Amino acid sequence: MTAQQDIKADNWTVAGRTFTSRLIVGTGKYKSLQENAAAVEASGAEIVTVAVRRVNISDPSQPRLTDFIDPNKVTYLPNTAGCFTAEEAIRTLRLAREAGGWNLVKLEVLGEAKTLYPDMRETLRATEVLVKEGFEPMVYCVDDPIATKQLEDAGAVAIMPLGAPIGSGLGIQNRVTIRLIVEGASVPVLVDAGVGTASDAAQAMELGCDGVLMNTAIAESKDPVLMARAMKAAVEAGRLAYLAGRMQKRRYADPSSPLAGLI
Amino acid sequence: MALKESIAIHVNGDLRHVTVGLTLAEMLHELGLDARRVAIERNLEIVPRGTFSEVLVEEGDRLEIVHFVGGG
Repeated sequence: MTAQQDIKADNWTVAGRTFTSRLIVGTGKYKSLQENAAAVEASGAEIVTVAVRRVNISDPSQPRLTDFIDPNKVTYLPNTAGCFTAEEAIRTLRLAREAGGWNLVKLEVLGEAKTLYPDMRETLRATEVLVKEGFEPMVYCVDDPIATKQLEDAGAVAIMPLGAPIGSGLGIQNRVTIRLIVEGASVPVLVDAGVGTASDAAQAMELGCDGVLMNTAIAESKDPVLMARAMKAAVEAGRLAYLAGRMQKRRYADPSSPLAGLI
Repeated sequence: MALKESIAIHVNGDLRHVTVGLTLAEMLHELGLDARRVAIERNLEIVPRGTFSEVLVEEGDRLEIVHFVGGG
């Protein structure tokens, strides 16, 4: 297979749905819905995460996300951000399924507000219930290869370990465990949380991840549309580098020009 | 407002008085909401969208009306 063919055929599949873009973007923290829509467009993302919240009864005429990002063109992935128990998360996703009409969802059950680290006991319990109810949960989780295996066994359709705390932008802090998870998983693995800039996204892809999910790195950059473009390029570059297979590292220099024929 | 003709319910945590005999679809219309864009939980049970025009709002109902908003 040539590199050209690789690029064209390099899709990924989650729960039977096939996507070309390996970048999933969040839709929070933008200055406006216009800016949000422009950034999604620039990112090339085919999946966006969305939250489920109460309608503002006192002002129903407020602009809506669906008016700017068409759910018929981009797959909405409802999340459970802000849920701290399995029950809250399940309740939220039941409503999301009714609002959207699909089963593909992002599950996250948080343990505490300071770190927004996932509570894995609640996350696993919620995964089991959701799968029984016909949901296809992509699951935000810790970077623990045993915990992710348990999630997979429970029916998670994708494993989404953090690279660093949500919204921190610290970059991939756990390359060893991310790689272990990638090697052991038989469902897609996406780094979810921690990316701060383009090189972080490329690094996640170079580790063999199937994709990257990010929100703050784009939304809180000075120019979100430009950063969205950067992230698109970085995810593609990282993926190609992974497929190409990097050179071995050496401890010392090795000249690139021939030594023979020196004057 | 005649008291007998209105009932007290909670919508998204707030107390409201609505006319007796309203369906969920009629209530959404009164609130200016598009039924195609929301999901409703009534007393902790999901109400299928297809039944909005059949389900009557009853005294003491606790309704959650939600939709998708930006999030990560």
